[in-house]
Amino acid sequence: MEMNQPIGQTPLDGRPDGLVGRPVDRIDGRLKVTGLAPYAYETQALRNPAYGFIVEARIARGGIRSIDTAAARLAPGVIHVMTHENVPAQGERREQVWPQLQGTEIRFFGQPVAFVVAETFEQARAAAALVAVQYDAQPPKASLKDALGEAYKPKPAQTDPDSQAGDFEGAFGAAPVQLDVTYTTPPQVHAQMEPHATIAAWDGDKVVLQTANQMLNRGQKSLAGLLGLPPENVRLVSRYIGGGFGSKLQVQPEGVLAVLAAKAIGRPVKVAMTRQQEFHCASHRTGTIQRVRLGADRDGRLSALAHESWSDATPGDQFFETSANVTRSLYAAPHRLTRHRIANLNVPVTSAMRAPGEAVGQLAFECAMDELAEQLGIDPIELRVRNEPAEDPEKKVPFTVRQLVPCMREGARLFGWDKRGDAGSRREGRFMLGMGMSAAARLNPLMPSAARVRLGPDGYLTVRMAMTDIGTGTYTILAQIAGEMMGLPVERIRVEIGDTAYPMAAGSGGSFGAGSAGSALYVACDNLRQALLKAGDLRPDDAVFADGAVRAGNRTVTLAELAGRDGMEAAGEIKPGSLKERYSHYSFGAHFAEVAVDADTGEVRLRRMLGVFTGGRILNAKTARSQAIGGMIFGVGAALMEDGVLDPRYGSFVNRDLAEYHVPAHADVPEIEAVFLPERDDKANPLKSKGLGELGICGAGAALANAVYNATCVRVRDYPLTLDKLLPGLEEREGRVQRRS
Amino acid sequence: MKAFTYERPDSVAAAASLAAERPNARLIAGGTNLLDLMKLQIETPTTLIDVNRLPLDQVADTPEGGLRVGALVRNADLAAHPRVRKEYGVLAKALLAGASGQLRNKATTAGNLLQRTRCYYFYDTSKPCNKRAPGSGCAAIGGYNRIMAVLGASESCIATNPSDMNVALRALDATVETADAGGGARTIPIAAFHRLPGDTPEIETALRPGEIITAVSLPKPVPGIHLYRKVRDRASYAFATVSVAAIVAKGDGGRPSAARLAFGGLAHKPWRDETAERILVETGSADAAADRVLAGARGYGSNDFKIPLARRTLRAVMDEAAHA
Repeated sequence: MEMNQPIGQTPLDGRPDGLVGRPVDRIDGRLKVTGLAPYAYETQALRNPAYGFIVEARIARGGIRSIDTAAARLAPGVIHVMTHENVPAQGERREQVWPQLQGTEIRFFGQPVAFVVAETFEQARAAAALVAVQYDAQPPKASLKDALGEAYKPKPAQTDPDSQAGDFEGAFGAAPVQLDVTYTTPPQVHAQMEPHATIAAWDGDKVVLQTANQMLNRGQKSLAGLLGLPPENVRLVSRYIGGGFGSKLQVQPEGVLAVLAAKAIGRPVKVAMTRQQEFHCASHRTGTIQRVRLGADRDGRLSALAHESWSDATPGDQFFETSANVTRSLYAAPHRLTRHRIANLNVPVTSAMRAPGEAVGQLAFECAMDELAEQLGIDPIELRVRNEPAEDPEKKVPFTVRQLVPCMREGARLFGWDKRGDAGSRREGRFMLGMGMSAAARLNPLMPSAARVRLGPDGYLTVRMAMTDIGTGTYTILAQIAGEMMGLPVERIRVEIGDTAYPMAAGSGGSFGAGSAGSALYVACDNLRQALLKAGDLRPDDAVFADGAVRAGNRTVTLAELAGRDGMEAAGEIKPGSLKERYSHYSFGAHFAEVAVDADTGEVRLRRMLGVFTGGRILNAKTARSQAIGGMIFGVGAALMEDGVLDPRYGSFVNRDLAEYHVPAHADVPEIEAVFLPERDDKANPLKSKGLGELGICGAGAALANAVYNATCVRVRDYPLTLDKLLPGLEEREGRVQRRS
Repeated sequence: MKAFTYERPDSVAAAASLAAERPNARLIAGGTNLLDLMKLQIETPTTLIDVNRLPLDQVADTPEGGLRVGALVRNADLAAHPRVRKEYGVLAKALLAGASGQLRNKATTAGNLLQRTRCYYFYDTSKPCNKRAPGSGCAAIGGYNRIMAVLGASESCIATNPSDMNVALRALDATVETADAGGGARTIPIAAFHRLPGDTPEIETALRPGEIITAVSLPKPVPGIHLYRKVRDRASYAFATVSVAAIVAKGDGGRPSAARLAFGGLAHKPWRDETAERILVETGSADAAADRVLAGARGYGSNDFKIPLARRTLRAVMDEAAHA
């Protein structure tokens, strides 16, 4: 199926009590909480694996003068030490998958310089410390701020780095009310629970990877390219994944090294990154510098808006954080400009992290909107309502469905937004209290995906696709979709995913997983329905699939009977069509946060938070809520604590463990609620659903930052909002108050 | 992690002889810090002496009316001990402010006393660090030093002691009891137990090689309001930016008649200045006390905020005491 027109009535529409949408418990939940779900590193299928350990560069820029592996090779248990001197030939880089151990040049701290393989993990790690590398070190370039002068326009990725409409500079200059502010966001790491891990095993010229990967077909393609093999010779298996957040969108160095070493020693090789290696060896989200300019009339109607973003990339790469992309579609203004620039620094690989672009873009832009509202004395919701566009302001096409205003209105009602006072006006003992809000928007793409279903003679349906479940609930929603389409309970659906041996699927990323894979499955089930009706010679127009049987006319036939002795199969496929360009596809929402700021110490603690979202048809009320809340907690971290500190002298992360790189702990997460407004998006996909995996983070942190301002009258434009950044503003304000009294 | 020999003695004497005989031996109890350090090869013991079988896990009353806390008493158990909760509130509060529930269940009293700094550069073997590799330099000076010391630091080292418990023990004037292989025993006042870095930051305590901590003794309870205020970047599982342990007795008109103040997060050891306590009692002014405590304070860039923060936190604590 190609999405060339709205989907119209579907079998899912007639069943408000159907499986789809119900808060069904995760079908893999029990396996996971009892420790029985094997993650990549725990896969037992491969006998007698050897263990690999990555040796990382200890400088950020320069060259390897010499590398002495003698001591490592003689260490107990060591089987093989791979360096640039003996690494097998590899092909060109594919996307952000680099050939490993190439030559002597060091481009970033943590770049793998050797790979030690031994009988046990401990032996490999101990021997890795014996690899003696002499470097010719040069001072690294590792500060984005210092490199702004040489920032350049990157090659277009999915979108052009620049956009403009009208005459921004002229309109901004002429605007009666102007705001020109610069926000910065720090590097962030994904901090997913399961580290990157791979077990690679060769069989002749075919290799199988048990690996932690979000997009298996993409990984298969890039790895096959790198190894010079046809894609079908490379199989990736990821049955269970302990979080990815974008860090597993592509094969990371540990996967490439495991494959090469396994070939070299003729034995499976098993490797997992340590938490410290995750910071340097795997990718992270770049820091950004973002300038936002808003020109408006005194009623808050925007005449001009500009959003410019600078980010950094590892040498030779042009990945850029698309911070300003969402700004192109969010608010009306005739004169507009967005711009992305990058500087190449000696930093580890920067890449996608949950809601690349929106997550940090809205940290800046949604606070700028709050600043403008404050400057004008207009309620922040009202300001956004006044700038609600009738159509996508840059693409000049209608939105599929846009319920931003209803989200804000409903959120205001549920949260008690009318109790928000003027900035700095609410106090409770030693705490200053404040409320803030933010809009949320996230692109809703549809990606090509395929699925195969097979109804067995036992009346069980098997679903197969190379889809992944990264902890989001994919297993469960797929079972619900197939169950409702076929009239089978979840218990009679076997979901088999996480293997490139199955039909190609979109994978998990970019909020497209559920919609794309779910739609392919929908199409496959629809095809199976037709085939079954035909086999049973049943009239399609009034056929009802329910309770394991089909009722049509006055006949009822069980699915097992229709499947016959050999069972019956069907395939399905979904592709984006012309609707992709004819409409603007976004999920929307609104965040509300209340914070307490300790007036003595500047500590910020979240009191409560609410998100009101639209995600088209909700596929599972429970997993959708978990996704939304998880995203909001990411926003709490981004606003208040997440801070990957790069020491510019060394080009390395200083706080490279989870004791010092702070993500919210339980005590930081009070009452958080997520509400979904009813919606069907018939232009998105046949499920009429929208992506939810990233919407929860978009704007979430800005709501907190705006609440901090409302509590304190102090605007910090440098994330995260830690107490050391608030204290000077608090002291200054106390000084002013004292002088007045 | 480097290979090591593992021993598990069941008496203090056996442990002490092992510690004396084996070169480069380390004791392990909860292992919440040591194992991390071993994985990163910051600690590379050749012998690991597991002391968990030593009979040092009791809390007992002392004839003087105080408490003797065995070296192996877990942080969680100590915080939950009825007398600690009732009569040594500052200690219970400090313990519960530390780490996470899981870590407190493993971590021991002696282990907490000996936990090592969280200085980022100490944990990164690719960087100079005089504490880890004496003579190599200090990357924290001139680097990112948000969590580093503002008091008592040296040109060699600006690391802090990260413990919450130690701050409370300093306010309580605890003593550390030790044993050695020769059958000797010592008591070391907490004030003399932790050291300032000077030019030997690798030497962190007054313990002699092979000496084993057997207990921590608390003098009889100090009357007054017991407070522990930990200022931190997240609500749980974060080390203190600044912390204040305070025991304040109130006299006429609610003014402090006696006070003990110890600070965490500011120095290489829990910081206490008895003169500042006298000033506080004489003047009733937290600011005057803070002036004294912070007179020699020096920031290194990203930790400059600790100096005003320490003052503000002390003010807040005294305010809380006044209203308690």
